[in-house]
Amino acid sequence: MCTYVTERTSVVGSGKGPEGWFRLSHATVYFDHPFHAPLEHSLNIDFVDEQAGPGKRVAVELSPASARALVACIEAALAAAGPLADGAEGS
Amino acid sequence: MRYEGILAETVRIQGHGGDEIAAYLARPLGPGPFPGVLVVHHMPGWDQATKEITRTFAVHGYNAICPHLHFREGPDASPDDAAAASRAAGGVPDERFLGDAAGAIQALRMLPTSNGKVGVIGYCSGGRQAFLAACSLPVDACVDCYGAFVVGTPPPEMPMKVTPLTDRVQDLRCPVLGLFGQEDKFPSPEQVEELRGLLTTHGKTFEFHSYEGAGHAFFAVDRPSYRPEAAVDGWQRIWAFFGQHLAA
Repeated sequence: MCTYVTERTSVVGSGKGPEGWFRLSHATVYFDHPFHAPLEHSLNIDFVDEQAGPGKRVAVELSPASARALVACIEAALAAAGPLADGAEGS
Repeated sequence: MRYEGILAETVRIQGHGGDEIAAYLARPLGPGPFPGVLVVHHMPGWDQATKEITRTFAVHGYNAICPHLHFREGPDASPDDAAAASRAAGGVPDERFLGDAAGAIQALRMLPTSNGKVGVIGYCSGGRQAFLAACSLPVDACVDCYGAFVVGTPPPEMPMKVTPLTDRVQDLRCPVLGLFGQEDKFPSPEQVEELRGLLTTHGKTFEFHSYEGAGHAFFAVDRPSYRPEAAVDGWQRIWAFFGQHLAA
């Protein structure tokens, strides 16, 4: 099914696309049909710079298990960094 | 020897609000007259698989058009980037879809080879949109391939951006062919039965087929959801249905 559900957050950081690095403004997250991954459904993340147009996008399509493992890895990495990761926007 | 040939190309059509949008048009080479088919792509966008479906209609003697419903979000972007931008912006509003669909239908009818008849077919979210078009626009036949939320109450954890079409069923203008998978959750077999009941109540002409062993997107040859038996039978149902209702 097409879930129609999209989670969205503003982000601070950069992503690398086919034309090099660019500033990121937002990330959108949704569980739906993938465009490319050989899965019926996938957890999809788009890292974008909304001001720069739709072509400025770094996209990933992950199996649900992969997405959960990634969440755990991110949490683990942030926890290991301790106070370094507690500053405003990583500064 | 029977000659076979098609011409498939991107064209520009006038869509909602007079906007120019891209569309993929596939036509049989020959004098016609040919019926027309509006192909509505799914939420992942104006992709190669849907363009292949559009060409398949041309191979079978139909002028077929697939408008790029996410064109405004990325006129020069790749269709998958445009689809992502459209989703981030909240998706395609029903009113805008209907304007784009009306433009595509008009483009089909203006072709010199048109026989004047136009059907609509859609897959997944496009199935719902095809049904919406059939309730609102001048089409002669509609095929709903596993469209979610034509009927049915979205689960509470799902903050829907789309609304069911329950109140529109009475406005349906043409016969409907519904093709569903019994293992699908959206639409579930119960929702298919709910739609059957509504169509019956309103005295509409329809034909439903639900396939065992098939779930959502069983027509999608590029996905693991593909079910050859259901898809092959489904295509036969489509040819029979459009053949009956779109003949001049």
